[in-house]
Amino acid sequence: MERLLRNRWALVLALALVLAALPLVFPSNYYFRVAALVNIFALAAIGLNLLMGYAGQVSLGHAGFMGIGAYAVAIGASRFGLNGAVAMLAGAAIAGLLAFLVGRPILRLKGHYLAVATLGLGLLISMALTNEAGWTGGPDGMAVPRLELFGTRLRGPDTWYMITAGALVLGVILALNLIESPTGRAMRAIHDSEIAARVVGVDVAAYKLKIFVISAVYASIAGSLMAFLNGHITPDGTAGFLRSVELVTMVVLGGLGSVLGAIVGAAMLVILPQALTIFHEYEHLLLGLIIMASMILLPRGVIPSLLARLRGGGA
Amino acid sequence: MSALLETENLSIAFGGITAVDQVSLAVAPGQIHSIIGPNGAGKTTLFNLISGLYQPSGGRVKLAGEEVTGLPPEQLARRGLSRSFQNLQIFFRMSAVENVMVGCHRHERTGILSHLLALPTVRAENRNSREIAMAQLARVGLADLAEKEAGSLSYGALKRLEIARALATEPRILLLDEPAAGCNPVETEEIDRVIHDVAKAGIAILLVEHDMRLVMRISDEITVLERGRKLVSGKPDAVREDPRVIAAYLGTFGSEEANRA
Repeated sequence: MERLLRNRWALVLALALVLAALPLVFPSNYYFRVAALVNIFALAAIGLNLLMGYAGQVSLGHAGFMGIGAYAVAIGASRFGLNGAVAMLAGAAIAGLLAFLVGRPILRLKGHYLAVATLGLGLLISMALTNEAGWTGGPDGMAVPRLELFGTRLRGPDTWYMITAGALVLGVILALNLIESPTGRAMRAIHDSEIAARVVGVDVAAYKLKIFVISAVYASIAGSLMAFLNGHITPDGTAGFLRSVELVTMVVLGGLGSVLGAIVGAAMLVILPQALTIFHEYEHLLLGLIIMASMILLPRGVIPSLLARLRGGGA
Repeated sequence: MSALLETENLSIAFGGITAVDQVSLAVAPGQIHSIIGPNGAGKTTLFNLISGLYQPSGGRVKLAGEEVTGLPPEQLARRGLSRSFQNLQIFFRMSAVENVMVGCHRHERTGILSHLLALPTVRAENRNSREIAMAQLARVGLADLAEKEAGSLSYGALKRLEIARALATEPRILLLDEPAAGCNPVETEEIDRVIHDVAKAGIAILLVEHDMRLVMRISDEITVLERGRKLVSGKPDAVREDPRVIAAYLGTFGSEEANRA
């Protein structure tokens, strides 16, 4: 079981099979919509997990990059007449460039200082999206034109479920590839000992920056997909501070340093609030309790803790 | 034989205290040069200066005749200088072989885009790095533990793992900071063998070590530091007999023990 979980192709295949099988049991469009949201947040969480769980650098402003991706497709299509797919790539490029420029100075900071600096970055982006009402529609947000590919307008949660599932599988493959590469080893090394990484020739600052850019691009793509799915976006809904906290929670809850964990964390935080609505006013209370219980019972996050337990049981 | 590593009047001061004071020394390829001295003599500080972790406030460091004073550690690694640490600096969440594979980093050439796509060149490079890492693990006697998570290894094994990781960078000079500290006699024997083997391969070795029997046995040259200054430098026999060394170094030990008694 553990070997299977560690084999990246087994993981990718299993994920693809689950994602392909789910529509068979979905009774309504509502399920497609929720599942598409899971895919989208899983994608952003995987990117953030590369930064936090593998390279050990926190970001409390990652929703800012989601916001850039979301507004890039909305503004790109409505103001510049760009095709949505092109606008999505442009958004990813802008998010990556911003991460590159901002990352250089702020990634010198460590721990709590880095956390606060990234928090500031997220707030800044969110504020810019709110205040530039001429472009973004301000706090009320703006409509997102439908994506048109090969002459067809893509609409409907089932279509977007398929697209986001494809994007998630692709994101998982790229992340797993990266982890098992020289870059992956360098970033994991940085997490455990920067000094040891440096004396064997790893340019620590350069790698932190690369991972920051990659994780920003993941978030931006996720933001663009969310905009397409929802058809309407607001600064708070895409780039808000609570979104950033949500992303961090997904990563920690599912498991730092586990790609599968990021997916599980995203699924929990997207599905639970929906499932708990039947409890009406106790919804938030229960959600909080479940998160706390999960962290107490599975302190290293769902997947790493379960893996450790499997290993302990097998030995 | 010309020196591979040279320091000229290397100094650093923290606040008002000069921790390393005008230290000059030279190490030739294949030579084992030990730095000894009482606690606080500045041995580790000297290592941190040479390996680029500290910026010297005076003096120069030359590697193979080129001035490298003040270069950061990652650039020194690319020029063939690597080191181990007195307090272990291990990538605990990675396997033993992956720890050593990080040491192969400076020879890996593929770019980050090819890493994301896992191109065949990357897979070949991964295999190549793994082979090199396995060979280095075998060299320090850890081949059997290659797939174990580093965090689960014994202290003595981790000491050797650090050496294997440093060797994977293919250094021309290796700085070993107390490689035998905390090791049992069997492990010390093993480290003795590894150091000899490395020196025989033509790698210059600068060694800080408290195990005097080990130092006297394997050193080609010994430099004694006291309060940041070079006290004596010479062959093991000459250093052992030197009255200044006995007074400053062994004397301290004697008096410490006398105090304790």
